[in-house]
Amino acid sequence: MSSTSPSLMRADRSRALLVRRQLSDRLATGFGWVAMAVVVWMLGSILWTLLRNGLPGLSVHLFTRSMAPPGQDGGLANAIVGDILQTGLGVLLGAPAGLLTGIFLAEYGANNKLARMVRFVSDMLLSAPSILIGLFIYMIMVAPVGHFSGFSGSVALAILAMPIVVRTTEDMLRLVPVSMREAGIALGAPKWRVILFICLRAVRGGVMTGILLAVARVAGETAPLLFTSLGNSEWSLDMSRPMASLPVAIYQYAGSAYQDWMQQAWSGALLVTFGVLIINIVVRVGTRGGRA
Amino acid sequence: MNTGVQATGSTQASLSGSQESGQAAVRSGAEAVGVAQVATLPMSEHDEQLARPAAMEVRGLNFYYGTSHALHDISIRFPERSVTGMIGPSGCGKSTLLRVLNRMYDLYPGQRATGEVLFDNQNILAPGVNLNVLRSRVGMVFQKPTPFPMSIYDNIAFGIRLHERVSRSEMDGRVEDSLRRVALWSEVQNRLHSSATALSGGQQQRLCIARTIAVRPEVILLDEPTSALDPVSTARIEELLDELKGEFTIAIVTHNMQQAARCADQVAFFYMGRLVEVDSTPRMFTAPREKQTQDYITGRFG
Repeated sequence: MSSTSPSLMRADRSRALLVRRQLSDRLATGFGWVAMAVVVWMLGSILWTLLRNGLPGLSVHLFTRSMAPPGQDGGLANAIVGDILQTGLGVLLGAPAGLLTGIFLAEYGANNKLARMVRFVSDMLLSAPSILIGLFIYMIMVAPVGHFSGFSGSVALAILAMPIVVRTTEDMLRLVPVSMREAGIALGAPKWRVILFICLRAVRGGVMTGILLAVARVAGETAPLLFTSLGNSEWSLDMSRPMASLPVAIYQYAGSAYQDWMQQAWSGALLVTFGVLIINIVVRVGTRGGRA
Repeated sequence: MNTGVQATGSTQASLSGSQESGQAAVRSGAEAVGVAQVATLPMSEHDEQLARPAAMEVRGLNFYYGTSHALHDISIRFPERSVTGMIGPSGCGKSTLLRVLNRMYDLYPGQRATGEVLFDNQNILAPGVNLNVLRSRVGMVFQKPTPFPMSIYDNIAFGIRLHERVSRSEMDGRVEDSLRRVALWSEVQNRLHSSATALSGGQQQRLCIARTIAVRPEVILLDEPTSALDPVSTARIEELLDELKGEFTIAIVTHNMQQAARCADQVAFFYMGRLVEVDSTPRMFTAPREKQTQDYITGRFG
C-alpha cells in the first residue's frame, strides 16, 4: 500500500469512477432504447393492424358510394365528404379565433387579469372531455332548433381546435426575441405590423404545426359529433342537416354484427389515420424553412 | 499635442496635485488606447463639427426603471452631422440614454423619463408625440444583428413601406441605394430575394444599418453595433460610420475605447447614471478634466 505512488493512486481512483460512469451511461442509453422500442412497437402495431384489416376493404365503391344497409355493397363517400366539410369548417372557425387569442395572450396580456383568465379557460378547454363539448353544443345549437346539423358539428370541432392553436401560437410568439420586436419598433412600425409581419413570420412554421395538430386532433373526434351532426347514411352536402363523418361511421359500423360493415369500419379508420398523416407531411414540407 | 497635454497637465494638477504624474498618466493613457495620432489632428476639425447646431439636445434628463433612478440630470448636445461616442462601464446608463432618444423605453411599463429632449424644436418626451414618426426620424441599430425573417430586399422595403408610398421601380432603386451605401450591394445583388438570415453576422449588421438609413432618418443611434462582430466586419462598419456622418447625426454606444477614439467627434463618459464629462475626442483622450474619465480611459478603473 505504502509503495503505491500518489500518481498511481489517482489513476486507480479515476478509473473506478470511469467504469461507474460508463456503466451508468450504458444503462441510461439502454433504457432509452428500450423505451423507444416499446413506443415504436406500439405505433407500428397499430399501423400494421390498420393496414392488415383496412387494406382489403379499400375499393372504388368505398369512395364513390354512400353508406348503405348491410349486404348492399355501400361505401363511405358521404362520410368522407362530411368529415372533410365538418373538420374543414371547424378548423376554419377555430384556428383564426385561436390565433388571435394566442396573439392577445403573448403580445398584449403579459400580466393583466383578463389574460390570465383567458389563459386559464383555454387550458381548461384543452383538457376538457370532448363529449362535454358535444353536449354543450347540443344544448345551444341542436336542442333549440330541434334537429342535428353539420354546422353544430363544426362548431363543436372548432371549440376543440381553438385551445390547441391558442397554446401553440402563444408559446411560439414568446420565442421571438425581444431584439427582433425592438428592431421593428425602432423603424417606426406600429405594434400590430411588428406582430403580423415580423413576429408571426418568424414563427410561421411553429404556428402552422399548431394548426395542424388541431386538424389531426379534431379529424378523429367522435364524441362531440354524436350529439351534434349525429351521422347520416344519405349523401348530403347540406350542413344545416344531419351529416355523416368517418369517426361516427366507424363507431356505428365497428359495433355492428355485420362482416361488411366491420370491414368498412377498418377501412375508414385507415383513411382517417392516413389522411391526417398526409396533411401533416404536406404542411411540414410546405412550411419548411419557415422557422428562419 | 503639446498644447493639449500642457492643458491637461494644469487641469490635472488642480485635481490631483501632481502635474508630472498627471501628464505621464495621460500620455500612457493615450498610448494605451492608441489615439496618439488622433491627438495630433488639428483640433479645429472636430471643434468645427461640434459647433454646429444640435440635431438633438438633452436637458436635465432623469430616467427611472420603476423606482430605480438610472440617469441623473443628464444634459448633452448632439451636434448635427457629427458622431458622439458614449463610453462608460456596463450599467452606467449610456444605453439607457440612447433608448430615451427614440423613446424605445416606452415599450416597457414602469420606465419613465423626466426633463427635456429637444428634436426639431420639440420636446420628444412630451405627451402627444407621434412615436412612429419620431422613430422614422431617429433610427436605431442594435448590438445583435436582427434581420427580419424575410428576404434581403423585403428587410429594407419593410421600413420604407411603413412611411412612404413608393412605386415598384422606385423601391428597387431605394433598396439598391441603401445596400450600396453600406457596401453590401455587390455581395447580395444576386440573392436579393433569398432569406436575410443566411447572411454572415457582419453582413447582417450592415443590412440592419441599410434598413435604418433607407427610412432616411436624421439621427442614427447605434447601441454597441460591432460588439458581436469580428475585427474585419468591425472595421467595415467603422468606415461606414465615417461616410454616414456626412449626412446623419450619429450617437454610438461602445465599450471599445479605440472605436470611440477612431469614430467620434465628441465623446461622453458616463458613470453610475451620471454624465461625468463630454468633450471633443482629442481632448477627452489627452486632456480629460475629470479624474474618473482619465482612470477609465487608461484602464485603471475600479
